[in-house]
Amino acid sequence: MASSPKLDSKIPEGPIDQKWSKYRSTVALVNPANKRSLEVLVVGSGLAGASAAATLAEMGYKVKVFCFQDSPRRAHSIAAQGGINAAKNYQNDGDSTYRLFYDTIKGGDYRAREGNVYRLAEVSSNIIDQCVAQGVPLAREYGGLLSNRSFGGTQVQRTFYAAGQTGQQLLLGAYSALQRQVGMGAVELCARHEMLDVVTIDGKARGIIARNLITGAMEKHFGHAVLLCTGGYGNVFYLSTNAMGSNVTAAWKAHKKGAFFGNPCYTQIHPTCIPVSGDHQSKLTLMSESLRNDGRIWVPKKKDDNRKPTDIPEEERDYYLERRYPAFGNLVPRDVASRAAKERCDAGYGVGASKKAVYLDFAFNTIRYGKTEAAKLNLHNPSQEEIVRLGKEVIKEKYGNLFDMYQQITGENPYEVPMRIYPAVHYTMGGLWVDYNLMTTVPGLYALGEANFSDHGANRLGASALMQGLADGYFVIPYTLGVYLSGEVSRMSAEKDKADSIDKLKTKHPEFDKALEEQTALINKFLSIKGTKSVESFHKRLGLIMWEKCGMARNKQGLTEAIGEIQALREEFWKDVRVLGDANEFNPDLEKAGRVADFIELGELMCKDALHREESCGGHFREEHQEADGEAKRDDEHFKYVAAWEFKNTSNWELHKEELVYENIKIAQRSYK
Amino acid sequence: MGSGNGELLNLTLKVWRQKNSKAKGSFETHQLKGISTDMSFLEMFDVLNEQLIHEGKEAIAFDHDCREGICGMCSMYINGRPHGPKGAVTTCQLHMRSFKNNDTIVVEPWRSVAFPVIKDLVVDRSAFDRIVASGGYVSVNTGNAKDANNILIPKPAADDAFAAAACIGCGACVATCKNGSAMLFVSAKVSQLALLPQGQVERKERVLKMVQQMDEEGFGNCTNTGACEAECPKEISLENIARMNREMIGASLK
Ligand SMILES: Cc1cc2nc3c(=O)[nH]c(=O)nc-3n(C[C@H](O)[C@H](O)[C@H](O)COP(=O)(O)OP(=O)(O)OC[C@H]3O[C@@H](n4cnc5c(N)ncnc54)[C@H](O)[C@@H]3O)c2cc1C
Ligand code: SF4
Ligand code: FES
Repeated sequence: MASSPKLDSKIPEGPIDQKWSKYRSTVALVNPANKRSLEVLVVGSGLAGASAAATLAEMGYKVKVFCFQDSPRRAHSIAAQGGINAAKNYQNDGDSTYRLFYDTIKGGDYRAREGNVYRLAEVSSNIIDQCVAQGVPLAREYGGLLSNRSFGGTQVQRTFYAAGQTGQQLLLGAYSALQRQVGMGAVELCARHEMLDVVTIDGKARGIIARNLITGAMEKHFGHAVLLCTGGYGNVFYLSTNAMGSNVTAAWKAHKKGAFFGNPCYTQIHPTCIPVSGDHQSKLTLMSESLRNDGRIWVPKKKDDNRKPTDIPEEERDYYLERRYPAFGNLVPRDVASRAAKERCDAGYGVGASKKAVYLDFAFNTIRYGKTEAAKLNLHNPSQEEIVRLGKEVIKEKYGNLFDMYQQITGENPYEVPMRIYPAVHYTMGGLWVDYNLMTTVPGLYALGEANFSDHGANRLGASALMQGLADGYFVIPYTLGVYLSGEVSRMSAEKDKADSIDKLKTKHPEFDKALEEQTALINKFLSIKGTKSVESFHKRLGLIMWEKCGMARNKQGLTEAIGEIQALREEFWKDVRVLGDANEFNPDLEKAGRVADFIELGELMCKDALHREESCGGHFREEHQEADGEAKRDDEHFKYVAAWEFKNTSNWELHKEELVYENIKIAQRSYK
Repeated sequence: MGSGNGELLNLTLKVWRQKNSKAKGSFETHQLKGISTDMSFLEMFDVLNEQLIHEGKEAIAFDHDCREGICGMCSMYINGRPHGPKGAVTTCQLHMRSFKNNDTIVVEPWRSVAFPVIKDLVVDRSAFDRIVASGGYVSVNTGNAKDANNILIPKPAADDAFAAAACIGCGACVATCKNGSAMLFVSAKVSQLALLPQGQVERKERVLKMVQQMDEEGFGNCTNTGACEAECPKEISLENIARMNREMIGASLK
């Protein structure tokens, strides 16, 4: 198979461990004087957006940042709990750039690009250095050195953390760097703004249309480059661990303006989330994967066992992950752990009222820690209560905020009874297709962080999204953006005397007005339908279709049905949605209408992508393609490619393929046994 | 299957409605039936909003995003207390099991000169961003950093810095303070960086600049009532204010 001519990944030549360093030192640069006349729009203020915006402003570019929340500090990166990977090898346990590279490619089930992933592993160490220099309070040992923990899919301890609030601390670090630039006048901040479209002129991205969410004013913003750092699209499932406002609108509008969408069906279902408690449920809450360091997952050996978990004796418990995957045990990758939980529940062994949950139990390690602490304190013959008390303190120190969160939501005390958990939609590996420079198929338009498809293949390992977001923003885009902008500098000087050059016209260019009119018409359309059903109700129905038919397990019949159902839902939406209030005011319902309209279209593409991929890989599990023991069955001969979809018109896409080449890693059946 | 266990509540809600920053607002009363005690407070608002839309009335605007107590976006003043009757939780983490059948619940926006109302329960907290922009950072450009383990930080200092850094910027401390003071918020950031070796170089300058910006934004003076600590969902300690006061003295003396 050869890659489509429309997809040039631009991976540099040379040995894998020299590609990036060589490229970085030979790419075109933009001189400081020119940087001041180049404007960069950064949409999104999460780890990817904030780090990119701060760094580009430090370099001298004129930067504008957009986010829909009231402050850039509230981007959903704030909610990341468990940690961030880096190949520091501080624990001296055999970690290295190569090993992180290898784990990530394997974890992604051999569906990610070698060149990108190696670069990610390479810059991972710099991220930790940068964050610590900013004053990010990562966890420390008593000797003052940084502490590490383990995450799924790896056998080394390379995860850095700040209790269960790693994302918060890293984001506040990037936010402070961003605010420093705001204070210095190098960044203009546009909070409570929603990007509604990309403006392209002669095929290049030249700016965006954004709505001021407070006044409803429609605004035109010019930029020599536009960076979409707008996060993932897990909310297409309605229920997910994403924030309520997380959306696909920016990426989707870009897609409709020519940016190909890569691997839309690759979604990650996280194994450990708090189960759904009723129809009112508006979102799901993650219980960090780090808990699997100390929590053991089990279900009763007997079906429909209604005893209290603490009353079920050890020998009547099935620690199914330890049983099925002795080498990795509770720390198998997420896709494997999620499917295993679903398998047990489907087979009738689930627990709790809904029977759609398994136990995550800390009793064993509470005792283990208690004994160690007692020994440290020189307590001889400590009582069982004393051991438990000491053990709980250790657990509290490591996961206190997560345990509190669990108790808030469920009303149960996880220090006393095991947590009940079930898989939930969490992360989207798919996203806008980008090349090695992080540029989409639209020149001048970039995608960073979760919004792009790049580094995680078909399944992301825990603690590597924070790493990728910050790698993209702090250490990749500052170099790769110059490749394009240095061309812009030449063009600008060639067009210096041209009266109607884009640099002179900026937002006065007619394309801006055209895009503005289109988006204004769309908003008026929502308000004029005056139907009978709320936006929320359409979102819920879409989510249900997606979860049932394009969720943890997929098959041809279900996907085919889903496509029909989603098309019908789209028609109904445009006939019968009820959006109240005005365009010229703060109107959350109107905001949501736009987001749901885009999710409906995306949902259809996800199902089409899932249907076309006749194999199982990572988070994409096609029931038709499994081994005798239920493990995923990949088909490297036919599907070792990135599926990049080009939008043609409603319900109509063209598939382009980027072949994946493995020169350094021998592609193999993934095994965690 | 929480301790709420499917119990259902009937409630009366008195909610502040205000069309925009210039309009005069007023309370609006709504009846809600069959609210499950397993719902979160915001899910109860979702139900109310669906009911309103069904009746052809505009939904109540309120700020929220993560719904797990970390983004700091949610901000309701419930029965006279920011984030409601339970200590140490945000509005989004408050569950209906904290209420009883036939309760009347009064919900208002944060009220403070420095946080003007945008609409209904939504206020403008951008003053906080400007305070951070005035000095709440370590001046280190990307790429300048040394190996992270070259900076040794004693665990107690790291833990204290972390505890201060846990502030979510929600503004409950300001909303509850009779003076509308932002001291708890500002002192948390000042403390975090004053406790760490990375923050030393700019230590004096930082506190002066941040306090100056705080005053310019129209926040009131601190008279040590301690209401902020009591209402802070992240239990940010008053010790931070004491530390900031010492920092101020140290910085003014030069
Ligand atoms: C609960 C949870 C826990 C997690 N834990 C971990 C972990 O422990 N380790 C790990 O590595 N990863 C974790 N992840 C994944 C990781 O947090 C995310 O993938 C990552 O933070 C995404 O960062 P981002 O910068 O790409 O996007 P986000 O942080 O989501 O930021 C998106 C930004 O885009 C803006 N935006 C979006 N749309 C628009 C629009 N149309 N107009 C204007 N602005 C817009 C938003 O305002 C926001 O500023 C977790 C994810 C979740 C949900
Ligand atoms: S100090 Fe507490 S109440 Fe004040 S903004 Fe921070 S978290 Fe909110
Ligand atoms: S919605 Fe994020 S803290 Fe409440």
